[in-house]
Amino acid sequence: MNHSLPTSIGSAGSYHYFAVITACFTFLLIVAGALVTGNEAGLSVPDWPLSYGSLNPPWEGNIRYEHGHRLVAAFVGLLTIALAVWVWKKEPRRPVRKLGWIALGVVVAQGILGGVTVLWYLPAPISVLHACLAQTFFCLVVSLAWLSSSAWAQRVRDRSPGLPLNRLAMAAAGAIYLQLLLGAIFRHTQSGILPHLLGALLVTLLAGWLMARVFRSPRASSVLTGAATLLGVLLALQLLLGLASWLLRLATADAVQPQFPVVAVTTAHVAVGALILAASVILALQSWRVRSEEGRAESRTPATPVNP
Amino acid sequence: MMCLKNYLCLPVALLAALFAGACGSVDIDDEDLDAVDGTEAPAVVTRVDPATAATVNGKVFFEGDLPRARRLAMDAEPACAGLHTEPVYSEVVVPNDNKTLRHVFVYVKEGLEGMKFETPTEPAVLDQKGCIYLPHMMGVQVNQPVRILNSDPTTHNVHPTPRNNREWNESMAPNVPPKMKKFPREEVMIPVKCNVHPWMKSYIGVLPHPFFSVTDGDGSFEITGLPPGEYTIGIWHEFLKEGVTTHKVTLAASESKSVDFTLKQAS
Repeated sequence: MNHSLPTSIGSAGSYHYFAVITACFTFLLIVAGALVTGNEAGLSVPDWPLSYGSLNPPWEGNIRYEHGHRLVAAFVGLLTIALAVWVWKKEPRRPVRKLGWIALGVVVAQGILGGVTVLWYLPAPISVLHACLAQTFFCLVVSLAWLSSSAWAQRVRDRSPGLPLNRLAMAAAGAIYLQLLLGAIFRHTQSGILPHLLGALLVTLLAGWLMARVFRSPRASSVLTGAATLLGVLLALQLLLGLASWLLRLATADAVQPQFPVVAVTTAHVAVGALILAASVILALQSWRVRSEEGRAESRTPATPVNP
Repeated sequence: MMCLKNYLCLPVALLAALFAGACGSVDIDDEDLDAVDGTEAPAVVTRVDPATAATVNGKVFFEGDLPRARRLAMDAEPACAGLHTEPVYSEVVVPNDNKTLRHVFVYVKEGLEGMKFETPTEPAVLDQKGCIYLPHMMGVQVNQPVRILNSDPTTHNVHPTPRNNREWNESMAPNVPPKMKKFPREEVMIPVKCNVHPWMKSYIGVLPHPFFSVTDGDGSFEITGLPPGEYTIGIWHEFLKEGVTTHKVTLAASESKSVDFTLKQAS
């Protein structure tokens, strides 16, 4: 199976900025979703798809968070329809065209899941899936933005020994996604913190290994080193936010309503988690490109004659 | 239906699997509840002779330290904050001056098996007033109507989260007619919350008999009209779970007995 993606973006660059805007609004949507959970606002609007039978419900109490989340979600849905059509029209690379339609399918599924969470009173499995699908969709849109960027077309070389960079980057991205899943399970089921702590350890080890691998590589591109630096900074920030979030939870365990510091820190924790995942996806895509380049270079190299 | 493209199969399959899984967690349907009403309770209604009816009363004390009362932060909701001139405190733990507790549900836990009591037609009333529930804690009989009011100038939603009864979540705008609801299964206790104003919480105890009470401003309770017999009296508090939480009492005809309980924070 050929894993390589064509490296020339051709006319795909035309939708790049639109994909970036969609990614930014998706990030905003993730923040809005985290605010809904943090403020215990998930069921403040009992009906769906309308809110109190209207597009403009009373803007009171927790309805602000829930209806605000729905409005941003609807806007992201519209952006994604436009993006998928644009990609389909302009994108010369078939796998990337597919990615546009997959993103559209995921955002539709995500909207339905959002409705199901409301109509079925926040069943934990659906809430966890809703949280994880949000991150999946964010990854897809970030990927579309990255694959249509000029940075993607930058040449990359990696001849360092050891585990191939692309495998390490994919493993790190997978571990980060798993960690987001564990975080969502912890948040929505009030289960123990231990799996999430072990996930943090795994992510720190893999991300540290990946960063070391990128920085040790003598000819790593500026794209790779930039993404690895971003990953490291975000990871350090995320560990601090996680610790602060946990301490604040303990300090406010007997609170009778959501506390602003807890909501602010846990929302930031979710948001930075999404950015870490995005950085790891960019690293994985770019390191995949390394392999593609090398694969092509090797296929162009004439076979060495064998001495009799 | 077959997937049109391979890449669409994953999200579709994932969604189908999760919807199926979540279907399994949807709690109780109407048929279950009807079956409970129609088959489990004895057909003959027990009549208690007022001349022999017994009474149990007492107080619920606390020992040790209690968590400090939490002031409710209504500032972000002017429609609620404007309804109060004084600070409003949480009703989770309300100690009285005499070392007793308010808002403790006291009920006959055992001793009435095999008896059926008439269901009152008079509704119990749960009001939303000043962006808090009034009363904070109440008891009703199985299938007794509960009349839910919104006396506030703001929108609330009423969301009971039972384990044995059906969950529902309905909005109540200002000036709407009261809602009439019933709980067809015994359950101690059903939390009720407003998701619009997350500090609003209330508890409803649903019992198949009328022998329950909630402690008042001096920690007292009284359960009257009991047929003579042996009973276990139980108590329930939303936060304090440790201490003396049950008492066995034997009541002769027309007898009145006093039993006290003590609750403390979990160590």
